[in-house]
Amino acid sequence: MTKAFFVDTTTCTACRGCQVACKQWHGLPGDKTTNHGSYQNPEDLNFTTYKLVRMTEAEIDNKLRWLFFADQCRHCLEPPCLEAAGEPTAIYKDRATGAVLYTRVTKDLDADSIISSCPYNIPRKGPDGSLAKCDMCNDRVSNGLLPACVKACPTGTMNFGEYKDMREYARVRLAEVRHKFPKATLLNPDKVRVIYLTAFEPTTYWEYAVASQREFDMTRAMAMQRLFRPFTDLFARLG
Amino acid sequence: MTNHWIDLKNSDCILIMGSNAAENHPISMKYVTEAQSRGGKLISVDPRFTRTSAKADIYAPLRSGTDIAFLGGMIKYIIDNKLYNEADVVAYSDASFLVGDGFDFKDGLYSGYDAGKRAYDASKWTYQLDASGVPKKDLTLQDKRCVFQLLKTHYSRYAPDQVSKITGTPKKDLLEVYKAYAATGAKGKAGTIMYAMGWTQHTVGVQNIRAMSIIQTLLANMGVAGGGVNALRGESNVQGSTDHGLLFHILPGYIATPATNWPKLEDYLKRRPKSSDPLSANWWQNEPKYMVSLLKAYFGDAATANNEFGYPWMPKLDAGKAYSWLDLFDAMYNGSIKGFFAWGMNPACSGANAGKTRAAMKNLDWMVNVNLFDNETGSFWRGPGMDPAKIKTEVFMLPACVSVEKEGSITNSGRWMQWRYQGPKPLGESRPDGDIILALGNKLKELYKKEGGAFPEPILGLKWDYADSHGEFEPHKVAKTVNGYFLEDVTIDGTVYKKGTLVPTFGLLQANGSTSSGCWVYCGSYTEKGNMAARRNLQDAPNGIGLYPEFAWAWPVNRRIIYNRASVDLQGQPYDPKDWVIKWDGSKWVGDVPDGPWPPLENLQSPNAKARWPFIMTRHGFATIFGAGLKDGPFPEHYEPLECPVEKNYMNAQRINPTAPVWGGKADAFATCDPRFPYVGTTYRVSEHWQTGLMTRYQSWLMEMQPQMFVEMSEELAALRQIKNGERVKAVTARGQVECTAIVTKRFKPFKLADIVVHEVGFPWHYGWRWPASGKEESVNLLTPSTGDPNTRIPESKAFMVNIVKI
Repeated sequence: MTKAFFVDTTTCTACRGCQVACKQWHGLPGDKTTNHGSYQNPEDLNFTTYKLVRMTEAEIDNKLRWLFFADQCRHCLEPPCLEAAGEPTAIYKDRATGAVLYTRVTKDLDADSIISSCPYNIPRKGPDGSLAKCDMCNDRVSNGLLPACVKACPTGTMNFGEYKDMREYARVRLAEVRHKFPKATLLNPDKVRVIYLTAFEPTTYWEYAVASQREFDMTRAMAMQRLFRPFTDLFARLG
Repeated sequence: MTNHWIDLKNSDCILIMGSNAAENHPISMKYVTEAQSRGGKLISVDPRFTRTSAKADIYAPLRSGTDIAFLGGMIKYIIDNKLYNEADVVAYSDASFLVGDGFDFKDGLYSGYDAGKRAYDASKWTYQLDASGVPKKDLTLQDKRCVFQLLKTHYSRYAPDQVSKITGTPKKDLLEVYKAYAATGAKGKAGTIMYAMGWTQHTVGVQNIRAMSIIQTLLANMGVAGGGVNALRGESNVQGSTDHGLLFHILPGYIATPATNWPKLEDYLKRRPKSSDPLSANWWQNEPKYMVSLLKAYFGDAATANNEFGYPWMPKLDAGKAYSWLDLFDAMYNGSIKGFFAWGMNPACSGANAGKTRAAMKNLDWMVNVNLFDNETGSFWRGPGMDPAKIKTEVFMLPACVSVEKEGSITNSGRWMQWRYQGPKPLGESRPDGDIILALGNKLKELYKKEGGAFPEPILGLKWDYADSHGEFEPHKVAKTVNGYFLEDVTIDGTVYKKGTLVPTFGLLQANGSTSSGCWVYCGSYTEKGNMAARRNLQDAPNGIGLYPEFAWAWPVNRRIIYNRASVDLQGQPYDPKDWVIKWDGSKWVGDVPDGPWPPLENLQSPNAKARWPFIMTRHGFATIFGAGLKDGPFPEHYEPLECPVEKNYMNAQRINPTAPVWGGKADAFATCDPRFPYVGTTYRVSEHWQTGLMTRYQSWLMEMQPQMFVEMSEELAALRQIKNGERVKAVTARGQVECTAIVTKRFKPFKLADIVVHEVGFPWHYGWRWPASGKEESVNLLTPSTGDPNTRIPESKAFMVNIVKI
């Protein structure tokens, strides 16, 4: 039975417990940041930040909204990055949970093509050229624990469970939320294991919140190209 | 909180005003969200659009320091539109009581004002009593001198246009809030308020909360599930420390600190007013039992009837003199305090006008800093602008361990006392606070025994037996002392309670020295049945409203919702049959622990003689709309903050609260309507930091998210001052200046007052020069003023005047 997240942004208060819990569980350092005129910090995901609450001020229908989007890897059902890599020792899917996992071997991949394959702009390159992103706390999950971000969430924004249950819960919440927010929507629910619910136009939250079918097709095409690349090239890079 | 955290989920309308729960009490949002998913509305009223506002169904801005105008307008709206619960108001509040002729209000002043003393003679603010001493009533609420009519007249001036002129809240937003909240006056509906320092830290702090209490009384929101008046405490155990006598004017259990005007125990014990109404429980008439039991807990066998149970040994306040934070640091500044324990506090950053506090510390001979880490207080002598060569203060650092490294209890905002076990052992030489206090007490006793001294009796007489067999602090011994013991065999109503056993409930405490209790409201928390605070039973009560009566323990007597007798009609049946709190089953109350076992009133004209009025802690047994016990008047009235942007108060002829304490020294400078300081400033917290930041500024994951001192301002103000988002600027007040990063945001908007536009800016509280290493992220309290509420003397940190300049 594979797993999924349901992220209900309508209840998120941007307390950022998830952001800290992620760093804590993974033993990641706090970045040396400066205040750049926003609460959102670090400014973007990076090699040591897998989870980031994006915060956007927007006037929608003459009302001020402060939109919070707890961004992370979507653990796609058919991950373009995995296909783009074509190298299971670098990027693979955990059969039990469905988590898309990166290893140190990612340093031997063409990082830029992996990053550009992601319709959600998630993977980030480290100093050694390897790639990093959310790993679904696969070690916790395989041992019967919730992912750290879900465990830390006080408001029911971050949910985790069986894939089927999360899809169902997402549908139920969408129906409830639509009474208050008629434009509420689920983001790519058929393509990902991290299903977001937004109250407003998803790109108002974040440019890469939702992927279009075209983006999936494009990354698929790139991946196919990759498959036909001469093996020598790959061996050369692995060497 | 009259209610508790989980109970928020039962509310039909939650007003978050004077607090920012999503950022400062993040877990509370679990229950707020649950209320919303059950159809409840969330209203956020705040000068700035916050993370709480982001989740609210209705948001309304208001200028800092104008909450009474806003709430007074709501009182008027409720009365004008007859949205109050008349049956409840007549039965359970003082609305029908007639007020004596001595009470008057004119030109912003109540009767009895003495301008020289900046104080009222409050003896004229009284109810009319009948021949037997019971307040005269007009149950029709028509008499011109009844509280209801006086209330109506008082707030007749608070029309929406007038309110909007003061608060800067657009009229349509005001009315939207009033309409949504006043709807909870309907039978079976509950509205609640979540407030915090946004209401208390004003020169009208207590009256802000009084105004809301009046609204809750009018709407019959007291004692009901999802209702009440709920203070969100600013630290996880502030409720506990207040219960146990943290403040200068109260001893544990909210009984007054002895003062020179009560030189004898006898004087002290008879000072509470009596009630002549046989239906008034007037619970404070039991205070002698609690005071004597407290003295027995302090002094043990040394306290006897012959020595007034040690009352003469208790330190006495000079009658009428205040010893609050601002008063103490003023005394230190003026050189009359020479030694200082800073215990778990960081006054160099935490209190208003911190520049004065830092200067005051130079006058000390010694300071003992008990804390987890060194801080801006312990290192004040090497702080910005200090010359260590010229400072003689000797500073001792005693490292304390952190809360999880020791066993003991905390009491949360909902009055739940929760026992916690020790996690890791204390690091290095750090020790639990209890250990440090125990050792200090032992040493003092030893020295007084050896050397005598001026007044050795209180120290030598102190019962000080809290050590375990290794000489270390034993928290269970303290918890049992707090609960209290029978000190001899006592027979009450035919039951024999053996000497040395724990008292099961405060109803059994005695005034004759046969019982002890270190804090009467906690009596029942640790009994012969065990440590009630350590319970973790997850079974809910039969009413299913989230009381969880056997999870931890709540004071008083494990009552989870206080004033719950006001949640039922005269027959004892709940107004809300779905989310009911208590109900009378014909012979007893079921549900929560009721406010006393007495049966329902049955009817108002000839109540059951065995019944009691529901508000048992007040003298006459009623909710007091007419609050005669305060220093600044029986009804809340709008006054401007000490530093304000307007020349005059649009509501009355007094600009500021006529009883607000004002210090006149050079270090206490203030400036009102001064073009040098044109903007309203306020302070607040962020989710990512804690208090003065001592536990969070060293934490890299938190610093990553909020690395620097900042000032938030509107896009309009930034344009006016040509300030760019993310630019470093300087904030300046009459008292000091602080460098900040500008956050230019849509979440602050200029306020349109009567004939001017006022800009407001806001600062977080959590920084100090010790860390980060640059030393440039300083405390906002270098800006805040030396003034505060006349009742509590909490500083006015939430509204002052400031300028923002480019660097």
